[in-house]
Formats: sequence, C-alpha cells, structure tokens
Amino acid sequence: MARIIVITSGKGGVGKTTTAAALAMGLAQRGSRTAVIDFDVGLRNLDLIMGCERRVVYDFVNVINHEANLNQALIRDKRCDNLYVLPASQTRDKDALTKEGVGRVLDELSQGFDFIVCDSPAGIEHGATMAMYYADDAVVVTNPEVSSVRDSDRMLGILASKSRRAESNEEPIREFLLLTRYDATRVDNGEMLSVKDVQDILSLNLLGVIPESKAVLNASNAGVPVILDRESDAGLAYGDAVGRYLGEDLPHRFVNAEKKGFFSRLFGG
Amino acid sequence: MGLLDYFRSSQPKGSANVAKERLQILVAHDRAERHRPSYLPNLQREILEVIRKYVDVDMNAVSVNYEQEETHEVLELNIVLPDTVRNRA
Repeated sequence: MARIIVITSGKGGVGKTTTAAALAMGLAQRGSRTAVIDFDVGLRNLDLIMGCERRVVYDFVNVINHEANLNQALIRDKRCDNLYVLPASQTRDKDALTKEGVGRVLDELSQGFDFIVCDSPAGIEHGATMAMYYADDAVVVTNPEVSSVRDSDRMLGILASKSRRAESNEEPIREFLLLTRYDATRVDNGEMLSVKDVQDILSLNLLGVIPESKAVLNASNAGVPVILDRESDAGLAYGDAVGRYLGEDLPHRFVNAEKKGFFSRLFGG
Repeated sequence: MGLLDYFRSSQPKGSANVAKERLQILVAHDRAERHRPSYLPNLQREILEVIRKYVDVDMNAVSVNYEQEETHEVLELNIVLPDTVRNRA
C-alpha cells in the first residue's frame, strides 16, 4: 500500500509544483517507488517542471476514462528509475476528475508504489478537493505572507472536514508545513513573517523552510527538480525536508541570515 | 545608507509585526466561523416561527450566538419581545 501525500496551499504561485517535483524526486532517490500526479487539469505544469513535457502521450483523465491504462500514461523519469510522472490533461475540463475515477487510479497505483505525491491546483475548487480527498499526509506550502498564511489555514479546515479520512472517521490526515520563499535577511529586518510567526498561527509540524533562491527558477527553466541541484540552498533544504518526512531529526538550515560583520553593516553592502 | 541603517536597527521592528497581528485576528475569526454548526440558520428560522405563533415579533427578534470555550460550547439565544407584551402583563 502506498502512502498518499497531497501538496496543497489554497493560494497559487507559492511553490506547490516545485515542491511536488522536489519531494517526489527526493523520495525516489532514497529508494522508494514514487509516482507524482498532476491534478491541475487544463493547466498542466508538472511535466514542464519535471522536464518530461515532450514525452506526454496519455494523461490522468485518459486513465480515468479507460482510454489508456496506467502503464501507458505513466512517464518514467530519465534520471531516477523509481520515479514516474502522471501528467494532467491539458484540454478537458476539470470535472473529468470524478471521485470514483480518482479513487480507482490511486488504488491501482497503490499496488506498485510506496508513495503517491498529488500536486494540487490552486484554489479550493473541484481539482483541489480531489487532490486532497484520498490523502494520508498533506504538505501545506506557505509563503511568509498574509494572504498565503490565511489561505493555508482555510485549506487546513478543508483537510479536516472534507477528506476521505474525515468522512469515514479515520485517523486524520497528517499535516505538515513547508515554508517557501523565505528571506532570512528580511525576517531579521522585521519585514517578513518569521518561521515562528507562521508557526504561532498555523501550529503545524514544520517539514522545512525553503529559502528564496535563484536556483528555483534556474531549475524550472531547465526542467530539473531543484532538489537535484545539490549546490543550491533550496536544493539542500528540500533534501532535508524529505529526510524529515521520512522521520529523520534534522536541524533547520537557512532560517538565519548570514551574519554580516560590523563594517559591512556600517557601510552597507 | 549603511550608517543610518546601523543605528536604525535598534528601533522597533517593521511591517512583519503588523502582518502577524492582522493574521491572528483574521484566522481566529475564520476558525470561529468554520466551527459553527451548519444548523444555526435553520434553528434561528424555526425558533422564530414558533415564537411568532404566540407573539408578533420582528424578523430580527431572535439572535443565535455560538461560541466555543475551552471545554464546552455555548449556544446563546436572545429573544427580544415587543414592549406591548410587557404592558399587557
């Protein structure tokens, strides 16, 4: 049986797809058979971030509608044998994702995989609720910014009430906070909510803090999940987050600004 | 700039504090709304119907308040009867 992880946020543009790609790659690299599914029907992007956009033949909706089987639609990652991508459909409307259809595909995937990472679309509409419905774990991606934190809290309410686990009175979804686009210098200057501020409001298990980093855009430009960039702070931070998800107790890096010397503070720079 | 910044850094912190305060209020409010039982509007309507069988009260005469305390929930009903009723008694 696979563990189903939803990457969600409510607000758009906070880093859900970047996170889904990074976590899925990280889990696969550590030896777990992992599938990552794009639930953003009509606006598929995960294939681009994963760098497999030219290999898409069939998609998630084709599988739901029995127009293709899973093996035809799954794209095996060229860098990691344990990783498969199930792309979203680009043309159909989002109602093509039925609760029964999604459940059947996840069931079938569960037979052959250890982890299924569901990349949720933004918002709280159908696609987003389908992405989280069957989840065992949720990674709530949040920017240290008021609208993102508020939307995350709203999403937590939905996870607690409208998921399969909530409806069948099972143990609730395990929820984790992933704080992205974090700028420790601005936090030090009092211009940005700190990890603690966000934690005080959302009180979630902190999976990781991903620093604002040029590496993220560079990675998406190239179609390489940023976790593979071991030279970058964001890549390393995602690596740590995967370790924590798997139960490792790791200190949080990149949450403190690099200390400037007295003279550089005095003269700027 | 550098010199000014250095001396300024001891002053109270900037906009992040405001953001946190606004969020705390907003999120508390959002959560209170979310935890309200969904039957409240119906409850309010039906209570009003029952009262109006006996007393001619205004549509806004019944207010239903729901609050969550630490260990229990409080359902508060407030019914305003018109002055004429008291005069009759």
